[in-house]
Amino acid sequence: MRRLIWLSVVLAVAIAYPLLMSSPFQQRLGALVLLYAIAASAWNIVGGYAGQVSVGHVVFFGCGAYAAMASYAKFGLSPLFGIPGGIVLAVGLAAIIGVPTLRLSGHYFSMATIAVAETMRLIVTNTEWLGAAVGLSGPTVPRNVFDLSFLSSLPYYYLFLAVLVLTLLITFWMTNSRMGFYLRAIKDSERAARSLGAPATRTKLYAYMLSAALTSVAGALYAMMFGFVDPESGLGILISVKILIMAALGGAGLLFGPLVGAAILVPLEEISNSWLGGKGAGLTFVLYGAIIVLIARFKPDGLLSLFKRRGKQAQDAGAGHAP
Amino acid sequence: MSFVLVQVIVGGLLLGAVYALFSSGLTLVWGMMNIVNFAHGDFVMLGMYVAYVVYTLMGGGPILGAPLATLVLATLGVVVYFGLIRDIMKGPMLAQILGTFGLALLLRYSVFWWFGANFLSMPQDIVGGTYAFAGLRIEASRLLAGIVALLVTLGLHLLLTRTSLGSKMLAVAEDQTAAQLMGIRPDTMQAVAWAIAAGATGLAGALIANFFYIVPTVGETLGIVAFVTVSLGGFGSVPGALVAGLLIGVIESLSGYLIGAVYKDIVVYVLFLLFLWFRPQGLMGKS
Repeated sequence: MRRLIWLSVVLAVAIAYPLLMSSPFQQRLGALVLLYAIAASAWNIVGGYAGQVSVGHVVFFGCGAYAAMASYAKFGLSPLFGIPGGIVLAVGLAAIIGVPTLRLSGHYFSMATIAVAETMRLIVTNTEWLGAAVGLSGPTVPRNVFDLSFLSSLPYYYLFLAVLVLTLLITFWMTNSRMGFYLRAIKDSERAARSLGAPATRTKLYAYMLSAALTSVAGALYAMMFGFVDPESGLGILISVKILIMAALGGAGLLFGPLVGAAILVPLEEISNSWLGGKGAGLTFVLYGAIIVLIARFKPDGLLSLFKRRGKQAQDAGAGHAP
Repeated sequence: MSFVLVQVIVGGLLLGAVYALFSSGLTLVWGMMNIVNFAHGDFVMLGMYVAYVVYTLMGGGPILGAPLATLVLATLGVVVYFGLIRDIMKGPMLAQILGTFGLALLLRYSVFWWFGANFLSMPQDIVGGTYAFAGLRIEASRLLAGIVALLVTLGLHLLLTRTSLGSKMLAVAEDQTAAQLMGIRPDTMQAVAWAIAAGATGLAGALIANFFYIVPTVGETLGIVAFVTVSLGGFGSVPGALVAGLLIGVIESLSGYLIGAVYKDIVVYVLFLLFLWFRPQGLMGKS
């Protein structure tokens, strides 16, 4: 019950935010927080719940972004039509990467994901059809509302909010399904889970594919908002880094961890960029690196775990009935 | 035509020896502590910048730059071990990957912030000119890098297999508790391993700085190369890293020559993925 009240408060704040903070900068900031929260929540499914640290998640982001822009630039369709295409691409790619590497120890998986992302970036950079180094552009003047090309950030904000809620609902549903139980068992001890009959490799693969599909949606939304995609913004390793660090900062494997991480880091980056100008780009990532190192060293479960532990203790003290 | 091919292969072997040198650092740490250093390529990058700074500030060539880079990076390795690795080793795998990955970003973008994103390079004749040798033309800087890297990698192998220090490190890798009962301090040995591994990257960086482009993001590519080399050679094996490093050097320069320079990285990455798929234990590893 208490949880429901908290949830409705958070949702109400999220809905009211762009109406209260109505400057274009604030609305854009809000939309970006939600966008990264979608991507980080998608990463969380495989990185947090399944414990498989993907460092090349941008490749799925790129699938969505390129599919959306290609559907406009190459076929004259609304970028929306690219979303299913991007999902199919991302899920297929996830299967190709996941089948061999999810059998191996986690380090191989992490490194393989980097290698795949870099391979894709190099291939796309040299593919004329996908705009090579220049990239693809979306509609500059919208033909109709389905081109999803708006001047204001407000429509994007609510669109992203809807998709984020959907993503979190899917995640929540997954954690409470059979798959969620398998994942928790595998993360605790893969050997024990296997010996009790949990199909470890297959479950991890499904989580990876689900995560890839949702990440590709985030990529498509990103490309629609910015109206273009190029190899750096759609397939650059730094996007992977941002996605990963947001989830880890908030708390990997916690439903709202990625949202908390995005709500801290996106404003931090935007503000440091606007304060420091061009020099800021480097410093922002120095800061990111320092934050990651500190989380890993002192708080590997993320910031939200602080509250979780206290909540759990309170629960244990108070007769401990199931929530 | 065939002369050109031989030339390309020799060039690949010389570069491959440097790959082998820094990859043996990665394989040592991985095999001994089962931790993967995602900042390994950025250590090499730092070695390059140390050599560059030695040149620009003091006008020193590789004779001064290489030992200094080795020393600086070895020190960094020890600091990283005691400051970060020792604690995250016991933690969950997410913490291990995040920790070294964060370190990579921290190093890469500190250098980026300080030096900028421009490509830097050393003067072409810093080591000497170009030798003509039986119809082959070999730059002195590449020759020096290849030979020194080969010798040091072999020396590292001897150190690990033929000395009492090597045996102690092996003992810690096998069983920490048992090693402790024999009077070996695991902490010291692991710090030594980090010093050696990072020192090797510093030396490798200083050696390739003489002919490679120097840029903050070079560590990303080199890190993947190191990872491919280790997966190919089997983790924990220095001879494996040597063979795999030479092989990758040759494959890279052949594909650069035959298919095109932009595709040489793609070929190496795809090779890596194929290996993960069909032979994850590496060329020489046991299944």
